[in-house]
Amino acid sequence: MSTLAYASPLEKAWYYLHRLFCGAVLLFLIAPILVTFPLSFNSVPFFSYPMPGFSLRWYEEFFLTDRWQYALQNSIIVAVTVTLLSTALGTAAALGLSRPNFPWRTTVMSLLISPMIVPAVITAVGVYFFYADVGLLNSYTGLILAHTSIATPFVVIIVTATLSGFDDSLARAAASLGAAPMTVFFKVTLPLIMPGMISGALFAFLSSFDEVVIALFVAGAEQRTLPKVMFSGIREEISPTIIAAATVLTLISIVVLAAAELLRRRSERLRGLRSS
Amino acid sequence: MATMAAQITGSADRVPLRLKLQRVERRRKLKAFLLVLPLLLFILTTFVLPIGRMIFNAVHEDTLLRLMPRTMSELRGWDGKDLPDEGVYAALAADLKQSWADKTAAEIGKRMNYELPGTRSKVTSSARKVSTLSTDTYKDALIEIDPLWARHEVWSLLKRGSSAYTAYYLLRSVDLQYGPDSQIVASPPENAIFRHIFLLTLGISISVTFATLVLGFPVAYLLASLPAKYSNLLMIMVVLPFWTSVLVRTTAWVVLLQQHGLVNEALMALHILSQPAELIFNRVGTIVAMTHIQLPFTLLPIYSVMKTISPTYVRAARSLGAGPFYAFWKIYFPQTLPGMAAGCLLTFILCLGYYITPALVGGPQDQMVSYFVAHYTNEELNWGMASALGAILLTATLILYYVFNKLVGTDRMKLG
Repeated sequence: MSTLAYASPLEKAWYYLHRLFCGAVLLFLIAPILVTFPLSFNSVPFFSYPMPGFSLRWYEEFFLTDRWQYALQNSIIVAVTVTLLSTALGTAAALGLSRPNFPWRTTVMSLLISPMIVPAVITAVGVYFFYADVGLLNSYTGLILAHTSIATPFVVIIVTATLSGFDDSLARAAASLGAAPMTVFFKVTLPLIMPGMISGALFAFLSSFDEVVIALFVAGAEQRTLPKVMFSGIREEISPTIIAAATVLTLISIVVLAAAELLRRRSERLRGLRSS
Repeated sequence: MATMAAQITGSADRVPLRLKLQRVERRRKLKAFLLVLPLLLFILTTFVLPIGRMIFNAVHEDTLLRLMPRTMSELRGWDGKDLPDEGVYAALAADLKQSWADKTAAEIGKRMNYELPGTRSKVTSSARKVSTLSTDTYKDALIEIDPLWARHEVWSLLKRGSSAYTAYYLLRSVDLQYGPDSQIVASPPENAIFRHIFLLTLGISISVTFATLVLGFPVAYLLASLPAKYSNLLMIMVVLPFWTSVLVRTTAWVVLLQQHGLVNEALMALHILSQPAELIFNRVGTIVAMTHIQLPFTLLPIYSVMKTISPTYVRAARSLGAGPFYAFWKIYFPQTLPGMAAGCLLTFILCLGYYITPALVGGPQDQMVSYFVAHYTNEELNWGMASALGAILLTATLILYYVFNKLVGTDRMKLG
């Protein structure tokens, strides 16, 4: 903005107005989170500043009571299973889709990605009716299957994107040197797409870990997940323990997504996309 | 088997190269397809099939056909003008007796009650009374038991029930229903809520999309024009909220907006307000929270398009004498349109299906279509109605998704 020195007063005013406006919008984006989370350290169960004292009692309640721990465990068990399933299914599909001349590629791709587009309530209600008939309501299997279907699109999209920069001649070179197709895959292709796979897996993990609408419909009391317990908690009365749970949930999200982002950059560097 | 193998190897030498290549190509395609097949089957069974069935539920309704088979088959011959004759009434009596024995009378009553409110208890009590009845003139006897069975609209309803498909739920979703003679009429005002709900959903989605565009565009412009070391820092402020789940951000807004929440406390501490303002459980709260959640979805596509716009065009315009605002408006702004279209469309599509945020931050007057889909599923247990509303919402979403695809392309969709 070195040109500012030659700008007219109107331009200058506009320039500062723009900055001010952007500052306000960025504050609007970040403030709700920054202001709310410290309240989980409040020593009294009120939501106001200044806080009379600092306390870990809400975290104690979160980490030491069965109600929350059971939900956290459930969330982790479900999300890990979903991650494994969706990464395996999604990576295989992405490998197939990235082969040249895949028949009806656009149609198949749109179909595989559709769970990401369809509103959560529609998916939840559709699955609820279906499970009511086949007896999968209130079961871990049901919840895991439903979460897997909404988590795979992330894996498909990310691994397909990774493969789009993949140099096929590397695999061909390995094959021409006598490697069996399986060896080519495990020794050449897999290491190169690994960052993409892991970042897809991380997204899949989060899409199950943060999911609430489907859990509300198809999970019973026994399968209650962390977001489900939080949702019913907010409906009744919001307590600082819920904020503590939200803080934990967010920290996990941030760690997972920061890892995914770093992996994405690494994979772009590996494939030489970033050098340009 | 051995001869077949011999034939194939024997003939292979004479196969032209073109055919061999085609065969290899076909095998490759098959291999690629086999890799996709597991996920394709998985999505078809766990996702497409349930949703397809839900849409089918919106038009499929065989309660009456299933529970009153005799009446339904007798009614096929009814001309629909006067009351049906004795044969139909005898069939009705037999069906009601059966339903009383099978304890399905309540289900029939519930189904008829959807279209003719107030009939539920009459149907069950008729079934109870008919169960001990034995006579030759069922027509008079049934009308004696309850004048309901002399009402023409009841018979029109039963006649419609002889088909396993009904447009009733879809009609209700747009505030229409069947009249006494099976003609389509407007729903009475106390039932005509759905057009309003669809318009409300549309209105909230448009407001939120517009708000995110107005707030997001200048920030995207700033981020795209700043040097990387500043813009990366500011980008974190956009991406961090984007990375926290919708539920967590909604929770934050509940804490901020509730009656003794942070916003009210702050405004009262500053003596701007003397008593807490109503910020939560109303339209304003819903739109503010939704705008906060959707802002990064609109902002990021605009930003990524702005990043690709070369600054030389604006510089050229300036050097040719255009003023700064004219150059921005005529040269820069038109180039950002694809990003604006993608971002706004994405936000609009996502807004249409919002459920969690209006449910927690909105009041009864701010609930969108998704809420009613859930409400009819869990509380009213009227699955036909839930399916019909869901089908309409889904159709709207898919059409917009198709437009989005044509405009942006799924392959270029970026995450985060």
